[in-house]
Amino acid sequence: MGILSKKDAALIKDPLFDNNPITIQVLGICSALAITAELKASIVMSLSVLFVLGVGNVVISLMRNIIPSKIRIIVQLIVVASLVIIVDLVLKAFAYELSKTLSVFVGLIITNCIIMGRFEAFALGNGPWKAFLDGIGNALGYGVILIIVGFFRELLGSGTLLGFKVLGDPIEKTGLYALGYENNGFMLLSPMALIVVGIIIWVQRSKNKALIEEA
Amino acid sequence: MEHIELFFKSIFIDNMVFATFLGMCSYLAISKKVSTSVGMGAAVIFVLTVTVPLNWLLDQYILQEGALAWLGPEFAEYDLSFLSFIMFIATIATMVQLVEIIVEKFSPALYNSLGIFLPLIAVNCAILGGSLFMQSREIPSFGLAVTYGVGSGIGWFLAILAIAAIREKIRYSAVPPALRGLGITFIITGLMAIGFMSFGGMLTGGDEGAKEKAPAVEAQVEKENKDEKSAEKIAENQNIKTY
Repeated sequence: MGILSKKDAALIKDPLFDNNPITIQVLGICSALAITAELKASIVMSLSVLFVLGVGNVVISLMRNIIPSKIRIIVQLIVVASLVIIVDLVLKAFAYELSKTLSVFVGLIITNCIIMGRFEAFALGNGPWKAFLDGIGNALGYGVILIIVGFFRELLGSGTLLGFKVLGDPIEKTGLYALGYENNGFMLLSPMALIVVGIIIWVQRSKNKALIEEA
Repeated sequence: MEHIELFFKSIFIDNMVFATFLGMCSYLAISKKVSTSVGMGAAVIFVLTVTVPLNWLLDQYILQEGALAWLGPEFAEYDLSFLSFIMFIATIATMVQLVEIIVEKFSPALYNSLGIFLPLIAVNCAILGGSLFMQSREIPSFGLAVTYGVGSGIGWFLAILAIAAIREKIRYSAVPPALRGLGITFIITGLMAIGFMSFGGMLTGGDEGAKEKAPAVEAQVEKENKDEKSAEKIAENQNIKTY
């Protein structure tokens, strides 16, 4: 990390694993789970959040000294809502099919707790460059979980990755299907997203004992 | 009949938490104790009951394409629906502020126990999600919008009450250390969601008309189809405009 000092690098690296917004901070689960049935949707969702959180953190951080603390929530919501409208219009223009799959969940980025959480906890007290790094780091941490969940759900559920039939053709019985393998349609249903995230949390906390909660 | 159908549908079949994962953040954060979860659930019911019909009015008379026709024929062509996110969230934030003031005035005890969570309702995805689903599902009348708001609020209330009760009990069980707290809550919620999917059969057993109206939980594909339909409608509108 040549350009970044050690402290700055930590801002990006921490949220990826040990302080992950989804599995540790419990933020942003709302809009994360419903769209992970396909890998592509998860990637687009992560990119949207990356944009909104990166830009939003900088904007809030620049305005941090002029926002009256009593109405800061409304100010923050307006900033996020404007950014999300941009994302929504861009998606509708360039990736129409995907924006249909994501449906209301693009709008729900507004109330994604990661964004408000990072504004409150970081952008209001730090300069723009640090806030930008923090935003990018947290959005990446969010994206990592989304992509892991999307990867497993699409692979096990429909046997494809990004739409490519990586396991062979289920109708013509090629590849793995020739051995009698069947897709697990259960993985495509929404409850499985919760269970996959639960398992990710389990694995992560078994590896890093410091994260285990007190009973 | 319509009302009853929509009411039960929004509580059980399209349950906010189990079918669409809305309001998960506060659902996970506040469900450690039954008493606080009851307060939070009640607040969500109240805010949803107020905001969904309000936003329905906004949507019908300001935001939808042609909604401004009541101002005069020259306004009939405007389509402000791209503004709906910002309008909805502004309404919600204001309403939440109002609820906070009222609760503080009339029930300081409840205010103290909810603490910082009342402002968090503004950023509770369940509230905005309620309004956005109301818009995308094209709820036809004001009365039905009220029913939808109450129903989905009660659904959320039931969900948080159930998980809080389970979490209170599970404290005495031997959960693997790494799963303690958040992990096991996720997995239990997943199992409960699978249980709630069985309600999907509630409306599909009737006549053909009811069958068409009951998509959602069991088949995400069906949901996508529905979205496609409304999206096609938008596309058509856009085509008309460009010609």
